[in-house]
Parts: sequence; structure tokens; C-alpha cells
Amino acid sequence: MGKTSAAFVRETMLPPEPPPMRERGVVKWLHENLFPTPVSTVLTVLGVLIIWFLVDHFYAWFAHSVWNASSLPECREIIAATWGEGASGACFAVIRERWNQYVFGFYPPDLYWRATMTFGMLFVALAPILFSESREIRRIVLVVASVLTLLSMMELNAPGVWMGFAVLVFLGALTLAERRAGWLLIFSALYPLLGVWLLWGGSVWGPAMVLAGFGLGWLAFVLVGRISPVLAAAVAILAALLFWTLLAREVAQFAGWLLPLSIRAVASDQFGGFLLSITIGVAGIALSLPLGIVLALARRSDMFLVTSLAVIFIEFIRGVPLITLLFVASLLLNYFLPPGTNFDIILRVIIMVTLFAAAYMAEVIRGGLAALPRGQYEAADSLGLDYWKAQRLIILPQALKISIPGIVSTFIGMFKDTTLVTFVGLYEPLKSISDAVRNNIAWKGIYWEPFIFSGAIFFIICFSMSRYSMYLERRLQRDHR
Amino acid sequence: MTEAPLPVDPPFRISMLVYDRRYRSMTFQVIVFILVMALCWWLISNTIQNLAALGKDFNFGFLFQRAGYDISQRPIPYTSDDTHLRATFVGLLNTLIVSVLGCVAATILGVAIGVARLSKSWLFARLMTVYVEIFRNIPLLLWILIIYAIFTEVMPPPSAYRGDDPAWSMILFDNVALTNRYTAIPSLGMTNDPGSLDLGARITVNWATIAFLVAIIGGWFLRDMILKRAQAIQDRTGHRPTTWWINLSVMTVPSLLLIWYFGLHLMSPELKGFNFGGGLNVHNSLVVLWLALTLYTGAFIAEIVRGGILAISHGQSEAAFALGLPPNRTMNLVILPQALRVIIPPLISQYLNLMKNSSLAIAASYMDLRATLGGTTLNQTGRELESMVLMMLIYLALSLVISAGMNMFNRRVRLKER
Repeated sequence: MGKTSAAFVRETMLPPEPPPMRERGVVKWLHENLFPTPVSTVLTVLGVLIIWFLVDHFYAWFAHSVWNASSLPECREIIAATWGEGASGACFAVIRERWNQYVFGFYPPDLYWRATMTFGMLFVALAPILFSESREIRRIVLVVASVLTLLSMMELNAPGVWMGFAVLVFLGALTLAERRAGWLLIFSALYPLLGVWLLWGGSVWGPAMVLAGFGLGWLAFVLVGRISPVLAAAVAILAALLFWTLLAREVAQFAGWLLPLSIRAVASDQFGGFLLSITIGVAGIALSLPLGIVLALARRSDMFLVTSLAVIFIEFIRGVPLITLLFVASLLLNYFLPPGTNFDIILRVIIMVTLFAAAYMAEVIRGGLAALPRGQYEAADSLGLDYWKAQRLIILPQALKISIPGIVSTFIGMFKDTTLVTFVGLYEPLKSISDAVRNNIAWKGIYWEPFIFSGAIFFIICFSMSRYSMYLERRLQRDHR
Repeated sequence: MTEAPLPVDPPFRISMLVYDRRYRSMTFQVIVFILVMALCWWLISNTIQNLAALGKDFNFGFLFQRAGYDISQRPIPYTSDDTHLRATFVGLLNTLIVSVLGCVAATILGVAIGVARLSKSWLFARLMTVYVEIFRNIPLLLWILIIYAIFTEVMPPPSAYRGDDPAWSMILFDNVALTNRYTAIPSLGMTNDPGSLDLGARITVNWATIAFLVAIIGGWFLRDMILKRAQAIQDRTGHRPTTWWINLSVMTVPSLLLIWYFGLHLMSPELKGFNFGGGLNVHNSLVVLWLALTLYTGAFIAEIVRGGILAISHGQSEAAFALGLPPNRTMNLVILPQALRVIIPPLISQYLNLMKNSSLAIAASYMDLRATLGGTTLNQTGRELESMVLMMLIYLALSLVISAGMNMFNRRVRLKER
């Protein structure tokens, strides 16, 4: 190349030109997100119209809401006096007056603290299971739950001894969560018994005997396991069952006579509102997952009889509406049990809800098991693992991970379905409690405010469950995508 | 060459029932069988004892006794003098009516919203997301109660439509009137009524309905045959004959001719005295239940549709464009067939859920199967066991039939893997 003789050579870079008007800032965003195509423009306009319609119809109603009144007519007077004759307004005073019924049903008001404490400790029990990998989230959850529970217990006049107990539990949980989170699982395992005892009250020896039965079963498992590992499980189950049916009652009575430790009992028909929904929901969730796993494994087993029994059970439960199962629980269970037995209606409902959710859960988990590549099963076999070890160590962890979205949506569906217990005469918050509130002359004719209140609580619970499942999916994602 | 000795099976010992994998599953199944049989025996013997203690027996004779209660919505003639069996049948028909109406409406709503959530309009897509999240996360019971309250508390009595300057006016071009007891909609009238076919048991079917059914099903078969023939010609010669206008006319012309022949027309409801007449007054319990089921299930279907469309990778549409297919054919030939495959299985379970959820009719006082057989009949006769067993069997049969039918459809659109 020879000598260049350009007339002009630029030695500095030009500063970049700003993008044209249409391609930057607000204009670009508007153009891309609101008016990119004619159809989208129409939809955007439609959306604006819908929002305007909603605001136009409901803003005034919300803005004029009254929080302090003792009856619906009084509410209307206040609204008429403040905003002029004919103005419409929400009367959220009903929530302020009757929140306790929506939350606790007909639970004795001086024992509200017990239900609150049980609910608070639920988070201690859940923390090591739900947030096992992140110490920060665990810390935040525990601190918030402790502070809120203790404050509300104080507000509800909890006795000093129990305040001390709660402080002890929460402090212990916080310390353990920082040092050895695994140990918190012991509390999680004990929580069902503690929760049942705190909610229903009565002698401490009842739940203690249930625990003793498990202990006895474990002891039998260890002792017999030395002689014949195959028989161990059968003997353990038999020992526990025999203890519960034959001995537990007498031992509990004797222990109660020696050391009468008991708190005031609350009957099942006093449960109601969200206390009832959450009790049934949590119990159903905790029981239906293991049952669902067992059913799914049974359905995929290569033993013909086991498979067909599982298929019959699952398809039967999935083929009938939950409401009929609840009616079976309330009307027919007495036919199927020995004459003279009559057990708790909440327990019956929990059993039915659990069976119902377990059938759906089994199908979800079966999907997860089927989605797992065959190589995983073969790899487990070639390592020489037996059936249960292969399931526990290789198959289920992966299959359950795949089925998380389905499992959580089954949980959400089940929690929403707890509202159906209104049709067997339990006081759930949507219908029964609202009807009870409307039966009072002061609140006759109030519809929307209770619906909004209880709907909002259901929304918060279900929505956070679905968000949690997304968080869990992200956390458990092992492949790189 | 020496032969290795064949392994000899060890002689059978009792302990092999537990330790040998070949026999263990047998042992286990026998134990399970004995346990299940024992459980069944225990339940049945308890039931027999309890029934004997109450002085009851197990028979379905009560179904042929006089029912003695009224049903607000009757697809077939029914009076309180009819039997419980007929009441049950009316309830079953009502369940089917609300389920079918709900499935159709929920599918339309769900597809529309599922597609709208993918719209480029940020605002509208967000709005639809809010709809889906709100309806999915709040129990169906609450939606039924809210819509029921709207219809009983907000809607006016029919008299509000009266006078020169009425407080309320009819909607949808003066065709639908919402009142607090019923919803008046247009009904179909015929100027040339061919009479009805009597099926016995006071159930009649209008000949016009049969004619339309024949016309539609026949048209569908003809269309299938024409498409098959077109395919055969295409396979042979490479040219596909134009079929769309033949198909269209085969599908529509017979029905149009029938409409003209029978003089089919819409009759709008009109206020006559204190009530609407001329049209069809649909009881509000049906409207409430239908709306609630539609809105609730629609939200789930929207998610299924959105998921199905998103599941088709972008490469598929790019490949179709690279082949030179225009956008609408890309949608019809490439995206939709694949998306349908993802959509249909969960859609089936949504239809089943809707059918089962229709038993919440109790909250809207709609007389479905649960309200007739499992409600009034059960309470009047005191036959809890028989009524519940029968009702569960009917629901089970319905579920099985629906899922069998839908699975057949699913098999047709499924990927043909070899």
C-alpha cells in the first residue's frame, strides 16, 4: 500500500447520537408495550375502559368506608351524614366488631391466645422443612412469627406461665435455627401432638400416650430388627396398635391420677372461622402427602393386586365430588363403625379431606415418577439398592422435585375445599360465619364486606403458597439452563 | 468342551416366602389381600349390625315411592306426584345441563383469556393476570355466594322494568332481562311445528330437534368423507381439490334449510303484567351456578392454554416461516396441533372438576343430583346409605364416561409415535 492521501481523517470518535424519539424513554415503552399492533391498541383501550369502569363503580364505595359503628343502620347514617344523602359506602365496621368470629369461630374468647400460640408455633415447626437451605429467610420468618405471636398473645391476655413457655420455645427455635437447624425437626415431629393438645385442650396424657405408642413401636423395631429385619416393621406396627387400643386409655388415666396435668378442654363444635379452615388444611396437607406417595408407589408397583387396589381407590375418590365424601363422613360413617362408636366430626372431615387430596396427590406424583428417565431406575438397580433404598435415595427426591407445582396446586385446591365443610354443619368462615353474623339484627343484609374480608385472607394464603412453590422450584433447580 | 453344570434351584423352604424375591411379592400380596378382605368384612358386618339395630334394610324400593316435593327447574315434565326415581333423573339432567353449559362457556372464556395473557398489550395482559390469580386463589364457594348475592340483592324485581321511564332496562339489544328471581332470555319459536316424538314416560323430543341433530351429524360425516377423498386425490395426483366451500355448504345448508322450513325465530321476552313472558325465564339458581363455574374454571383453563402455547418452542414457528408458510397456516398446521396435545389432558381434568364442582349447587339452591337424590329424597325417606351409594355411583359413572370420551379425543390428536 502506498502513502495514503486522504483529504480528511477523523481522529476522534463522534459522540453517539441519541436514539430517535420513537426509540427511547417513555415513548418507546408506550409504543412497545401498549400500542405495538392495532389489535394490542384495541386491547389496551379496552383495558383502560375496564379499569375506569371498576374505579368508577367501586372507588367511592371503598373511599366512603366506615370502620366504627355497631350496626349496619348506624353505618348508613354515618355515610349519609358525611357524604350526603344517597352516597354508598362500605361498612367494614362489621369486621372490626366480629373479626373474632371470623378468625376463631365460637372458641372461648379467654382462650384465643391458645389458638394464636399454636398458629405461631406452626411457623417454628415449618421453618426447618420449608426454608431448610436459607438461614436468612429462616431467621426472618422466625423473628416475625415470634414477635407477632408474642404481641398478640399479650393483647389476648395470655397467662404468664404460657407467655414464658412461648418465649422459651421461640428463643430456643431462634438459637437452634442459627446453630443446628436440623434439630428443629424434632420440634416439627412433635408439633402435631402439641398442636392438637393446645387446640382441643384436656389432659396432657392423651397426646403423651400417642407419643408413647410411637416410642414403643420404635423400640420393638430395634429389638426385633436384630433377630429378623423383615419382621421388624410388622412387629413394630402391631406393638404400637396393640398399645393404643388396649393399654393407652388405662395408662393415661393412671398417669392423670398420679399427675393431673391438664388444660381446659374445648369441644369441636366451638371451632370455627379460619381457625377451623387452617386446622383442617394443615392436617390434610401434612397427612395427604405421605399417603399420596404410598398410593403412587402402589399404583406403579409390579404386584398385580396392589396395583389394582390402588387404581380402584384412586379412581373412585377422583370420580366423586368432595361434597359427597363429606356427607359420607357426617351421615354414613356411623353405619360403618362398630355400634356405639362416635368420633369427632372434625377428625372425620380431616380423614375424608386427606383421602380426597391423597388420591389427587398420587396422580401428580405418579406423573413425576413417570417423567423420570428410565436410566435412573436402572442405575439404582445396578448399584444393588433394594426397592425402598432406591425409592428413598434416588427416585423419590427427583420425582417429587418434578411434581412440586402439581403438589402445591393440590394443596391449594385442598385448602380452598376446606370451605365445603359448611355443608356438614361446621362453622367455616365464608358461609356459616357470615350467615351467623347476618342472623343478628344489627348486621342483617350485610354481604360484600364479609365476602371481601374472608376472600382476601384466602387469597393471601393461597397466593403465597403458589409463590412459595415457585421459590422452591428455583431453589431445587440443579440443571443449568 | 465341558458344559458348566446348570444351577440347581435350591429346594423350597418356608423361609423363602420372606427372603426370596421371587416368592416375597406373592407373600406380600396374600397378606394385603387378607387384610383388605378383613377390612371389608369388618365394615360390612358393622353396617349390617347397625342397620339391624335401627330396624332398617338395604333396598332401593323407596325410589318408586311418591317424591312429594317440587323441583324449580324441570327439563322433563315432573310434578310432586312423581317418584323419587324421576326426581333423581331430573336432578341428574340438571347436573348435566349446568356442566355442559359451564364447560362450553369456560372453554371459550379460558381460551380468550389465555391468549390475551400473551398479548403484546402490557396493560391488558396484566389485567388478565390479575383476573386469573384472583379467581384461582379464592374458593369457588365464595364466587357462588357473591354471584348469588348479586342476583338476589342487586337485581331488581321484574316490576322495575315497567312504566314509561323504567328504573332498569333490558340488556343485549333488549333481549335479556335480569331480575332477582329469574333471567329472561329469548326463546326459540317455530311457525311450522312438526310435533314431538314420544319416548314414553312423558319424555318428548321435538322432531325439529331430531332433524337438526341428523343434519349436523350427517354434515359432519359428509365433511369427513369429502376430506378423505380429497386426501386420496392429493396422494395420487399431488393436487388437492378445493374443498372448503363444499364442506361449508355441507355443514350449513341443511341446517339453514331446516331453519327456513320450520320457521325458526327468536322470541324476545316481554313484560306481561308482573312477569316476563314470551321468552324463556331461566331460574337464577342456574344462572348463578353457571356463571360462577364458568368464571372459576375459565381462570384455570386460561392457564392451561397459556402454558400449552408457551410450551411450543419458538423454533417451531421459525421453521414454519422458513418453509414459507403464512402466519395463519403456521398457527393452524404447526402451532395449534402441537399445543392441543399439551392442552387437552389437563383440560379433561378441568371438565371433570367442573362436573364435580357443580355439586356445590347447594349454595345456589339449584336442584341438581345432590339436591334431589342426596338432599330432599335422602331427608324424606331417611335412606342415607342407599341414596349416598347411588349418588356416588352416578357421579363415578359420569366421571368415567366423560374421561373415556375425552381420552378417545385425546388419542386422536396425540403425537403418533412409532
